[in-house]
Amino acid sequence: MTPRINDVWVYLSTTPLLGLTLTLLAYQAAYWVYRRAGFNPLLNPVLIAVAMLVAALHFTDTPYATYFDGAQFVHFLLGPATVALAVPLYLQFGRLKALALPLMAALLAGSVTAIVSAVGIAWLLGASTSTLLSLAPKSVTTPIAMGIAEKLGGIPSLTAVLVMFTGVSGAVMAKYVLDALRISDHGVRGFAAGLSAHGIGTARAFQVSEQAGAFAGLGMGLNGLVTALLVPLLLLVWRWVS
Amino acid sequence: MLGALTTLLVFQLIGEVIVQFGGWPIPGPVIGLLLLFFALTLRGALAEPLRDTANGILQHLSLLFVPAGVGVMVHFSRVSGEWLPILAATVASTALAMGVSALVMQWMMRGREAQGGPQGKGGEGT
Repeated sequence: MTPRINDVWVYLSTTPLLGLTLTLLAYQAAYWVYRRAGFNPLLNPVLIAVAMLVAALHFTDTPYATYFDGAQFVHFLLGPATVALAVPLYLQFGRLKALALPLMAALLAGSVTAIVSAVGIAWLLGASTSTLLSLAPKSVTTPIAMGIAEKLGGIPSLTAVLVMFTGVSGAVMAKYVLDALRISDHGVRGFAAGLSAHGIGTARAFQVSEQAGAFAGLGMGLNGLVTALLVPLLLLVWRWVS
Repeated sequence: MLGALTTLLVFQLIGEVIVQFGGWPIPGPVIGLLLLFFALTLRGALAEPLRDTANGILQHLSLLFVPAGVGVMVHFSRVSGEWLPILAATVASTALAMGVSALVMQWMMRGREAQGGPQGKGGEGT
């Protein structure tokens, strides 16, 4: 009466248990590799875990929707995690307040740079208009970025891919970029990482220190706001000039 | 831990309700974040369990992006048509935005925290 492996698979693939467990296992395996490698940024745990899971879904021919039935429990925690950012912001508020002016200046400069350089480089390389519009909000957190792209006539699902690229590449590059520029202050490093690489940059910053994480969370939030205002404005200027 | 998690969910719920009623284009958890921040500021104190729970979740914030990341990569084919300009623009622009914002902030801070001591300094990181 032993059930055949196929029957077990059919049963498991209909419960959320498999997707949830696989997500946790893949992440912990990825994190183990990351830690063993001395937290080498090139072995970013999000990148490795996603790669393992995409390969697993591909080889077992599992649709994403089936996987997400389980993984949604992890995904759901993004909401409470966002609320939890209030705690480090509260703890770092003294320093954040003292640095209000440098933070605002960095925010504006970084936000404009992110939008103009993304669109400009892709335009020089011959990307289509809908790709350019989808690229403009790529440095901000997914729901805001998709909303901006949709309003402008970009492709929201393409924007979601670009936001993910941005976050992972930002988390991988942050140490090298900021070391090369000799930025040692954790507040500055965190703010730059969160501003340019949203939640995944912020997650990276929290691995370093609470202060870097708090500044990153602020950079992510403020850039979401500013980008939503700036992208339509810059588009108007662009259309007026050309 | 249970109380702290409930606190986070309650603030998220209030945020979602406000956003739904007001029809605002802001995610509900962001309003929850602001409300919790104001509540902490008004109270002037932070309970130990809330701090531990918040830090616990944020330490593994990376994990929470994995399901969405898998979804995005499954739709990778949408990008493949123009992958070179897209990849180049994304990576270069992310590095540029990071560098420019860090340099501007560092430059604006010159002298500002001269008496502040070594707070927040450290070589390794981010």
